[in-house]
Amino acid sequence: MPMPTQKPRPMPTLNHTDSRARDAFAYWLLRYRRVWRGTIVISVANPALFLTAMGAGLGTLVDDHHSSYLHGHSYLAFLAPGLLAAAMMQTGYIESAGPVHTSGRPGGNYRSALATPLQPDDLLLGHLAFIAFRLATSALAFSAVASAFGAVPPTRLPALWLAAVLTGMAFAAPVAAWAVAVQRPAALTAGFRFVLMPMYMFAGTFFSAEQLPAWLHAIVVCTPLYQGVQLCRSIVLGTVTPAGVAGHGAYLALLVLFGVLVGRRRYTLELTA
Amino acid sequence: MNATGSSIVRRNVMVYRHTWALLLAEILEPVLYLGSVGVGIGELVGHLTGLGPHVRYAEFVAPALLATAAMNGSMNETTFLMYGRLAVERIYQPILATPLGVADIALGEVAWAVLRGTVVTTGFLGVVAAVGLVHSPWALLALPGAALIGFAFSAAGVVVVTLLRGFADMQYIQLVMLPMFLFATTFYPLGVYPRSVQIAVECLPLYQSIELLRRPALGQVDHHLLVPVLYLLAMGLVATVWAMRRMRRALTQ
Repeated sequence: MPMPTQKPRPMPTLNHTDSRARDAFAYWLLRYRRVWRGTIVISVANPALFLTAMGAGLGTLVDDHHSSYLHGHSYLAFLAPGLLAAAMMQTGYIESAGPVHTSGRPGGNYRSALATPLQPDDLLLGHLAFIAFRLATSALAFSAVASAFGAVPPTRLPALWLAAVLTGMAFAAPVAAWAVAVQRPAALTAGFRFVLMPMYMFAGTFFSAEQLPAWLHAIVVCTPLYQGVQLCRSIVLGTVTPAGVAGHGAYLALLVLFGVLVGRRRYTLELTA
Repeated sequence: MNATGSSIVRRNVMVYRHTWALLLAEILEPVLYLGSVGVGIGELVGHLTGLGPHVRYAEFVAPALLATAAMNGSMNETTFLMYGRLAVERIYQPILATPLGVADIALGEVAWAVLRGTVVTTGFLGVVAAVGLVHSPWALLALPGAALIGFAFSAAGVVVVTLLRGFADMQYIQLVMLPMFLFATTFYPLGVYPRSVQIAVECLPLYQSIELLRRPALGQVDHHLLVPVLYLLAMGLVATVWAMRRMRRALTQ
């Protein structure tokens, strides 16, 4: 598919970076208009089903037990932000790893785009902007479902939405930096199965990380998913503290920044070598 | 050596020498669920009413995860991977030019799916036993039980694979499998639902599969086991006959 760049731009300068990244974003948006239906199951139906089965079904058993780990909150309210953060991680990874890798291979769309005035930086920023758009729409749909269940008070939705997108981008940006130069696509699947899945299961999504043995708890606290879950959960449960928001927010924002900076280098090295 | 379905099995064994990590991932996934849901959520759930006083929540979940692993493994083999062989690699057309027929292909793929499913369930059962969640020797019935589950779902998978129009259709399989995994009493007993929902859940093949493995694991071996056995046998046989017919049409057009 050709890039929508008809205007002649013989001398790409830094001043044009914004508009060129916007062109790269427009490319992904144009593609998405054809295939968006296929993304509904993984981004919306999947977490919504988990919320129903675990939050509402299993929740009745959990709530009967009144575990002190839940600090008096219902299991549904405890689980919903965890599932949202985990869904953002998965969407961030899936939207970043495979598409970035394929685009960067010989014959991929990054290669074609570089024949236009677009620079590697623009491709990275444009692609990340599209992933942010995917995360934002998925988060909106999921939080609407969670709200309908009564798991999230509506006034807390805007803050939750921001925290969710930040969590997803904390995965998407570093993963893009990694995936652009990955040699074997099997590594991307392995990353999902052997890194993301264990995180999904143990970083506080389904149960409180305080329940874990001390050594495992120490590891889990360092994972970005834990940081994202804690941020989202404190917003939903109304237990936000300035230190908590600053700590979790800074951790996640630094990961995004790290991904962008390293990604710019790796995109340039990989695509212009 | 006679050219039969066993040639298909041998072919897949050769391929899996390079992709064995896939089976490792299929063992790892239920192990993660067992740790997270069985132990982590188990602590929040406490004791499940209706189970014996010494039965832990993880012991209730483990057989269901085993049944799900058997289902997912065989379905993954005969839908996702077999679709690759059928429509992308297109290996079946050249195979038909050999003495092998369509029935050999269909039966061979089902046999292979059962075989590799048994490898996965044996691995997972080993983990479950190692962490001390097996108390009844009847739990060993899980191995033939899982093979039967694998037979029923892999034959159904071959029917499904002939209906797919592209990889995008895989999400519809997910749309059936995921709710079944979540609602077929995997994580909580049937009693949570109102009676009308209970009847619907009881009709699900995964519910019957879970009953087949959970009852012996909890030491309940009696005539109640006949229902899931007959259900899965019938499902597997009907699906096999249908699959052979569908495969014949898909490969000889």
